[in-house]
Amino acid sequence: MLAVLNLKVSYGGITAVKGVSFAIEQGETVAFIGTNGAGKTSMLKALARVLNEGTQGSIKLRGEEIIAMPPHHLIRNGLALVPEGRGVFARLSVAENLAMGAYIRNDRQEIAADLGRVYELLPQLRERHRQLAGTLSGGEQQMLALGRALMARPQLLLLDEPSMGLAPLMVNKVFETIRTVAASGVTIVLVEQNAKLALQTARRGYVMESGCITLAGSSSALLADPRVRKAYLGE
Amino acid sequence: MDTFLQQIINGLTLGSLYAIVALGYTMVYGIIQLINFAHGEVVMFGAMITLSVISAAAGSGLPPAAMILMGVAVAIPACMALGYLLERAAYRPLRKAPRLAPLITAIGMSIVLQQIALMIWSRNILSFPQILPVTLYEVAGASVSSLQIIIIGLCLVMMTGLAWIVYGSRLGTAMRATAENPEIARLMGVDVDRVIAMTFIIGAGLAAVAGLMVGIYYGLAHYTMGATLGLKAFSAAVLGGIGNIPGAMVGGILLGLVEALGAGYIGELTDLCGYSTLNFLFQSRCADGGNLVLFGSNYQDVFAFVVLILVLVFRPSGLLGERVADRA
Repeated sequence: MLAVLNLKVSYGGITAVKGVSFAIEQGETVAFIGTNGAGKTSMLKALARVLNEGTQGSIKLRGEEIIAMPPHHLIRNGLALVPEGRGVFARLSVAENLAMGAYIRNDRQEIAADLGRVYELLPQLRERHRQLAGTLSGGEQQMLALGRALMARPQLLLLDEPSMGLAPLMVNKVFETIRTVAASGVTIVLVEQNAKLALQTARRGYVMESGCITLAGSSSALLADPRVRKAYLGE
Repeated sequence: MDTFLQQIINGLTLGSLYAIVALGYTMVYGIIQLINFAHGEVVMFGAMITLSVISAAAGSGLPPAAMILMGVAVAIPACMALGYLLERAAYRPLRKAPRLAPLITAIGMSIVLQQIALMIWSRNILSFPQILPVTLYEVAGASVSSLQIIIIGLCLVMMTGLAWIVYGSRLGTAMRATAENPEIARLMGVDVDRVIAMTFIIGAGLAAVAGLMVGIYYGLAHYTMGATLGLKAFSAAVLGGIGNIPGAMVGGILLGLVEALGAGYIGELTDLCGYSTLNFLFQSRCADGGNLVLFGSNYQDVFAFVVLILVLVFRPSGLLGERVADRA
């Protein structure tokens, strides 16, 4: 699904990602954990081409090189990013935000069916579909950002810190939804500071430290690794 | 004649024209935070192009409506192309530059367009051929011309159409999304450059029709006509809250009303003979119903800018504006 080779990201004189390589198979959920400033978000932004200047290396999405692709073409190729801090359109209604998710699609009936599915998955959005997104709570906004990304019918979903700033109860709800989405066959790359939760959700994971991948393995192996336990699980 | 009602009618006519032009300013500001000072010149080009077409067709014996339609059919696409060209050639290369750079470029483009118009249409005040028969209707002591009714009606139709585009269409949703966060809009697959270009094109199309209506309403066109009109429409956009589309509509109409009522009453209000306490000072002037007027209706243009200053001092975010602090 995704093959990244020697990806380097630099901006403002700092090299945030110093050459990472990894491959993601179709249908799996993979976590990237690491502390603040480890380069996880920069890497994800480079994958979604939000950061385009100062990006080097190779990113192949289903065999096609996307490192020079205009960012607005990515979603047509099945890649959707739920950005850090959610990035919902605060002055658009919930329904309009979801419509923006399906912006690239023309299949009206299918869009309506997908909207029904998203509302089923996230019923609180249906209740508030006429409300401006800016009036939603943080958790609801995260759900909306997720629902909006799903409206594009992505094959690869990049999630940046979905637990950030949410109450524990809401975090559980968000991750429950992520698991449901993963079970439906969408490939997920999950960047998360909450290492335990991320590894419990993903099948395998990578640990990033100052711009490099320092550890890789199955989630159970990483959860058992003493270095991970010490540095990221606070034990 | 009832001055109040008459000035309300004149104000509504003027105000709906301001509103149409103000929409062009506010849409562009909303999406790229640029005050497109050359927008008034697009209005002027709309007037000039229509005038040329109508003058060329004047001898042909076509019905007036057909001539005006021909003018519109040329002016709208020409102004849209001009709006697109401004964005593409002057503003897009500066999109990542500090905000002062595109602003100064906009002022520069305004001058360039005026000079081009000067070369094409000369420095003379040109008069529109009087092809439309104007009928006057009496309404409760005031007179309304058929032209005023057409202008107000057409402006309302255009505002409704624009509101539908912005709030009801896919393009409009993408425009509002881009205005709020272009980076995220791009993630949704929006071609942000295209949406910005479309915003300029729609604004320029409205400006073309406004130019045509202003030209026919006053019967005149001049290469500098866009400057004052543009500044007033800009004031209207600020009054309503720059970047806010309903704000531009409300601001435009309010400004038109303020200007018309101001022009209608300023003479009376500043007639020193009207104040009995001051009468003794000017006995010779005021005798036998004489007057001593300080400001006449030629001060009409002042009101728009007084309103602009008052808004900037007391409510910089405008009547319907919000969150200017983080955008300005």
